[in-house]
Amino acid sequence: MPPPTSSLRTILSRDKVSFIVHSASSPFQQIRLDRVSRAFGSFNALREVSLDIGRGEFIALLGPSGCGKSTALNCIAGLLAITGGAISLDDRRIDELKPEDRGFGMVFQNYALFPHMKVRDNVGFGLKMRGVPRADADRRIDAALELVRLGNQGDKLPGQLSGGQQQRVAIARAIVIEPALVLMDEPLSNLDAKLRLEMRAEIRRIHNQLGATTIYVTHDQDEALSLADRVVVMRDGQIRQVGRPEELYDSPASLDVAEFMGFRNRIAGTVTAIDNGRATIAVGDARLVGRAGAGLGPGDAAMLVARPDDLALAAAGLGATVESVEYRGREFVGLARTGDDSELVFHSDTRLDTGATVTLAPDPARALVFRAAS
Amino acid sequence: MSTPDAPVSLRRRLALRGLDGTTLLIAPALLFLLAVFVYPFLYGLWLSFAPKAGPWFSNYAAFFSDPFQYNTIWTTLALALPVTVISLLVAIPVAFRVRLMRRQRLLTTILVLPITLGTVLIAQGLLNYLGPQGWFSRTLMFLHLTGGPVRLTHNYWGVFASILITGFPFTFLLTLSYVTGIDPALEQAGATLGASAWQRFRHIFLPLLVPGLAISFLLSFVQSFAVFPSAVLVGAPAGPTRVISIAAYQAAFEKYDYSMASAIAMIMAAVQLVVVVLVLAGRNMFYRGSTSGGKG
Amino acid sequence: MIRDTSIGARLWTTAVWVVVGFFVLNLLAMIATVIIDSFATRWLGTWLPVGLTTKWYSSAWSEFQLGQVLVVTFEIVFTVVLLAGLLGVTAAYAMARRDFPGKRVVMLLFLLPLLVPPITYGIPMATVLYQSGVGGTFWGVVLANLVPTVPFVVLVMIPFIEQIDPKVEAAARVFGAGTFRLFLYVLLPMLLPGILAALLLVLVRTIAMFELTFLAAGPTSQTLVVVLYYSVFAPGVRAVQSVDAMAVIYMVTTLVWLLLALRFVNPTQIVARARTQQAN
Repeated sequence: MPPPTSSLRTILSRDKVSFIVHSASSPFQQIRLDRVSRAFGSFNALREVSLDIGRGEFIALLGPSGCGKSTALNCIAGLLAITGGAISLDDRRIDELKPEDRGFGMVFQNYALFPHMKVRDNVGFGLKMRGVPRADADRRIDAALELVRLGNQGDKLPGQLSGGQQQRVAIARAIVIEPALVLMDEPLSNLDAKLRLEMRAEIRRIHNQLGATTIYVTHDQDEALSLADRVVVMRDGQIRQVGRPEELYDSPASLDVAEFMGFRNRIAGTVTAIDNGRATIAVGDARLVGRAGAGLGPGDAAMLVARPDDLALAAAGLGATVESVEYRGREFVGLARTGDDSELVFHSDTRLDTGATVTLAPDPARALVFRAAS
Repeated sequence: MSTPDAPVSLRRRLALRGLDGTTLLIAPALLFLLAVFVYPFLYGLWLSFAPKAGPWFSNYAAFFSDPFQYNTIWTTLALALPVTVISLLVAIPVAFRVRLMRRQRLLTTILVLPITLGTVLIAQGLLNYLGPQGWFSRTLMFLHLTGGPVRLTHNYWGVFASILITGFPFTFLLTLSYVTGIDPALEQAGATLGASAWQRFRHIFLPLLVPGLAISFLLSFVQSFAVFPSAVLVGAPAGPTRVISIAAYQAAFEKYDYSMASAIAMIMAAVQLVVVVLVLAGRNMFYRGSTSGGKG
Repeated sequence: MIRDTSIGARLWTTAVWVVVGFFVLNLLAMIATVIIDSFATRWLGTWLPVGLTTKWYSSAWSEFQLGQVLVVTFEIVFTVVLLAGLLGVTAAYAMARRDFPGKRVVMLLFLLPLLVPPITYGIPMATVLYQSGVGGTFWGVVLANLVPTVPFVVLVMIPFIEQIDPKVEAAARVFGAGTFRLFLYVLLPMLLPGILAALLLVLVRTIAMFELTFLAAGPTSQTLVVVLYYSVFAPGVRAVQSVDAMAVIYMVTTLVWLLLALRFVNPTQIVARARTQQAN
């Protein structure tokens, strides 16, 4: 994905604008996390996390709460000291710098707007700290407010704005300083569902327009997949997988990433054959086929995982009893229970009766087979 | 009540305005306070204008024409203001430091001690501790900071120390509750936007704290201004620490002039009120409102 | 939180801790002086007393009739706690659940006794108490002590009650609970932690309340702190150690309840409760 080239500066090109370039906001090619660790007492919130981020990239850190994604973000911002490893911008170590000397922009989960300052002064705070002359600052504030579509709200206090508007102010405040890196910590988690979709599009639009390198923390895979150029899946303080959204969606590399990506159905069995990247597993009398994960051989205990969308009625497959059926518009989604008491969620084009016996099989091209966790 | 068209009963109308059986639960507490707090105060006000002899204002005239009486106001201010200002100035940096501690409880518990023990016990302790033969004086001599024993009791400094010991923890805990009430994300936001520690304090914390600090100042000042037992016990109640509450007490319980005592109590309340109004007026010029940075 | 590790920041931190340490050291040394002196045979002009003894406790006990004083103290304190609880919790319930005309005025009325120092309103109050004949009696002291404690309970309880969803009460009524059973089975169990905390703090405050008790008490209705005041006030009449022994007894009486109260509340709440209501 080529980094977009326009910036706040070019938006303002009609004005002669002089910027005081902060040490860290100079252009850079790469930000590198090298075996970054963070321990809280005996608890390791981050364990040797390594990641390279290119200029202009939009990276999402995705994972369940407590996986270390926010810790990673705070370490990059300088709000938390790291206990091991290094963070560097090109070849310059920045992990010893105070947060105020890093020159990054950050959008906080609860916005963290200064309640006693007008919207304009909130947005202009970073410029004021950098000693940007008043006239320049005013122009840049106007441009930033225009960009987040809050042109006429500058003289209000944050408390007078709606949640979505507050979030826009927080974004304007972070980007007006033209940071080398924009950090976003679950910025949409306090908004209701409809506003969340709107702001998601808004964040993408602003990113496309400015091209600022962005690290975005979220626990919502939809958000991560729709926004990011690359998604980093984290768990237990470690990176489990890094990849483009479609890679992660189609081919999670491990069982727990797959589960997190919505592969809800788990069927345990034994590998009987591997052929052309497809693994066949035996579950009782049934034979099911899916794409084989790494290091799988015949005879291994395995786990087949599939999304509800990829599990359907079939001529041959696993027998189960329907427990409930919901109508979802185009299709029906059913819950069935197998003989060994595991639950399966599947889709069906026709209505089924509760208590009916069905035969279910996964789509071999989409289901995945992993070695069972020992 | 039986037909829909019947006029709404009084009971219903009152209930719509929020007055029903539940509201009446306030009555006992309210009546009690009216009888034992409000009435005595108003009665005292009236009584202060009904002197034993002379025209209606003669109590006040007597107070303000006798330096032995009116100087008590300055004596009390000279104790209360410095203690309050010092407490507040020390409390702010300490609160900023303590807010970073994970285990604040031990410190806060120690600081609650003097508030709980009360001024009488503090006074008794200080008589021993700060006396010429007490540990404090002995330590100063041991360190060769003074030549002879220091006398810190039965004078201004004894009362000063006593108010400081009960007043500082009060000011500090109040200040701490305001400081910790400020969303830490605001400071982080300030830092990521390039504000140094001092700039964060100056532009973010201070404006948000001013209303709270004003309240801390007022509550501590008002408490210090009403100093009584320690001014008698560790002070020099006949002279340098003859505070206004002593004047009121003597009028009431030594001269049995309740009218004069009420007048002095009213003057005491008026001085407190003046300071309260001044500080609150200043406080109104600042932002007052939520100290959180948004939702959540 | 942002931790700064530069030299200037470290010096500043050190300075702050030195100030705190100096304060705490003096405070603890002062308390220690009282305790040590109460066990001292003779302590004049030396770092530590010549010898140790417990005789001052028995002499203080008989000299000051502490048994009698303690009985009176706790009779007064528990009466105050009971009445403050009854008046305060009911009023707090109404304040939390109803909006009515004049509510702000009532709230101000509940705040004033906590904000105005006792000595300021105590003198006119004592005047009225004496004129109505209860001054100097047991009930005079109880009434005087209820003035700050009832509002205290009200202010502590309002947020507690507000956080209970009114739907819970509605549910109880729908399922057939009358007002009394609603209170007994639903509200009381949910409010108990709050009530307990509030009443323990009332207890501590009343034991330590000097000014109001001093102004309202007669010879037979003095609490421990007032007896302590009179004995410190008249120096030379009795041995200092004897007075200190009584001071230690007073300290223990107060601190036992304080420690108990601290199991239920955060120390900062002891001072900061009033502020939330009063911030604007």
